[in-house]
Amino acid sequence: MGDKRPRSFYILAAFFIAYVLFLYGPMFAIYILSFQGPDGGLTFPMNGVSLTWFGKVFSGAGIVDIGAAFKRSLKLGLVVMVLTVLLSVAAGMAFRRSFRGASILFYTAIASLIMPSIITSLGIALEFRLFDDFLIQHGANGGLGAWAKDWTTAMGLFTSGLGAHLTWTLPFGLLIMFAIFNRFDGRLEEAARDLGATPWQTFRHVVLPIILPSVVGIGLFGFTLSWDELARSSQAIGSVNTLPLELQGLTTTVTKPDIYALGTLTSAVSFLVIAIALAVILILQARQRRHGSDAGQGMM
Amino acid sequence: MMFVFALFFLLPLVLVIIVSAWDYNEYQMLPAFSFRGYTDTFEGCIAELPNLCTILKTYLKTVKLCLITWLLTLVIGFTVAYFLAFHVRTKTWQIVLSLLCTIPFWTSNVIRMIAWIPLLGRNGLVNKGLMGIGVINHPLEWLLFSEFSVVLALVHLFTFFMVVPIFNSMVRIDKRLIEAAYDAGATGWQTLTNVVIPLSKPGIVIGSIFVITIVMGDFVTIGVMGGQQIASAGKIIESRLNALQFPAAAANAVILLGITILIISALTRIVDVRKEL
Repeated sequence: MGDKRPRSFYILAAFFIAYVLFLYGPMFAIYILSFQGPDGGLTFPMNGVSLTWFGKVFSGAGIVDIGAAFKRSLKLGLVVMVLTVLLSVAAGMAFRRSFRGASILFYTAIASLIMPSIITSLGIALEFRLFDDFLIQHGANGGLGAWAKDWTTAMGLFTSGLGAHLTWTLPFGLLIMFAIFNRFDGRLEEAARDLGATPWQTFRHVVLPIILPSVVGIGLFGFTLSWDELARSSQAIGSVNTLPLELQGLTTTVTKPDIYALGTLTSAVSFLVIAIALAVILILQARQRRHGSDAGQGMM
Repeated sequence: MMFVFALFFLLPLVLVIIVSAWDYNEYQMLPAFSFRGYTDTFEGCIAELPNLCTILKTYLKTVKLCLITWLLTLVIGFTVAYFLAFHVRTKTWQIVLSLLCTIPFWTSNVIRMIAWIPLLGRNGLVNKGLMGIGVINHPLEWLLFSEFSVVLALVHLFTFFMVVPIFNSMVRIDKRLIEAAYDAGATGWQTLTNVVIPLSKPGIVIGSIFVITIVMGDFVTIGVMGGQQIASAGKIIESRLNALQFPAAAANAVILLGITILIISALTRIVDVRKEL
């Protein structure tokens, strides 16, 4: 580190700092403004400091049922997280060997990732609508009469909504798994096999502990992407709304800082999840360093 | 995983294409073959030539917004990635600074959009500051709910998608190549254009695909930051949907899809995406 840094370093460092300020500045503006006094408006200056607007959000005054949307988003986020982790790890393992349809699955995942969200959302909405129509029209003939009569829709948070979110989170999970296994030393598994481990034991005691920090990272992506997902949910969520959708709706109607308070609360959840995930990753890595490798230490 | 994609991605996509060629009336879609979804979209376009009709103007505007955003994210993203890859020397710092760039990505886009309101609004910080130092007398109206604010928000939200793949390509560049370039007498600029940029092309292309596809289909950012006043390809689909004209929405989706695929296939000509992962 001793040698002198070139002038370009300082220019680029300044650019980088400006970029970070650009990223964070506006966010902190609304975090501060959400503590606006009771008479304060949507912009600076602060008119006193208070928790008035947080109280408004919790009491639900003037805002649609935020508490319920909050819980819905939380539940959906957790389910998406678990499914993303399970499916991504399974697919990641499968991709280490070539299998039939591997490249089709890969390109599908990439396409799903870069497909404009509105198209995915529209497609899912159509799919469920057509399914509903079909059931209502033909259900009676198929002996499902009583059932079809009361049928309204299959669309909902945990059917179409869940599906829409998975088309967004799974590609990220898969790409992270690729990144992990690109650097993974396959000889570790061979060693485990040579020592008589079953495939499951190899996975459970050798592979999983090594990839665990990254798996936590996939979970982090799964939850946060679902928690904030908007475009894909917009048409596919059914009759109830998730938190980001409510928030987007509020941008056109609300003129008081309670929208900032809600934004601050939503971000607080995000930051909490990020902090927990990063802490877990750090702890896991520290443990790996402590227990992990005794290579090169010789016989003690 | 294939099952999930089949049910929630492939099948919906096929349905969009099928339904785009269905007939419809005021309140429902009719499963009969018809190009009404397409013809209604371009109603009057031929008659108005050589003047552009609204729908063509909207698509052109979407492409324009997309190009501006792409250029800005590319320049900013490349510079940030370059700094992280070549000027940050220890691995720990690289991780810390990359995380710093990533954390906003894990928070809500809507919040990051409304965050601009206190800054750009009529009584916002920027206007007050400019009036304070006497540059302007009246608040600038074009700061918020305009194309300017849309592009600003898009750049703000999506530069991340450029930084990551470009950084990823750059860290793989063998540092000795750059030293060799210097030893051979290249200036910093020559090294940049002849060594670094060609070698980080895969990252640039992948980042570009991300940004372009996101911006082409975007309707949320354009809606919120444009004050629901600016039309875009994504917003056409949304408003057709709100009117329950599914085939018309699907027809527009197919058009959008076609444009997007064209752009991506042009970009993937340049680089094989799979090799780079």
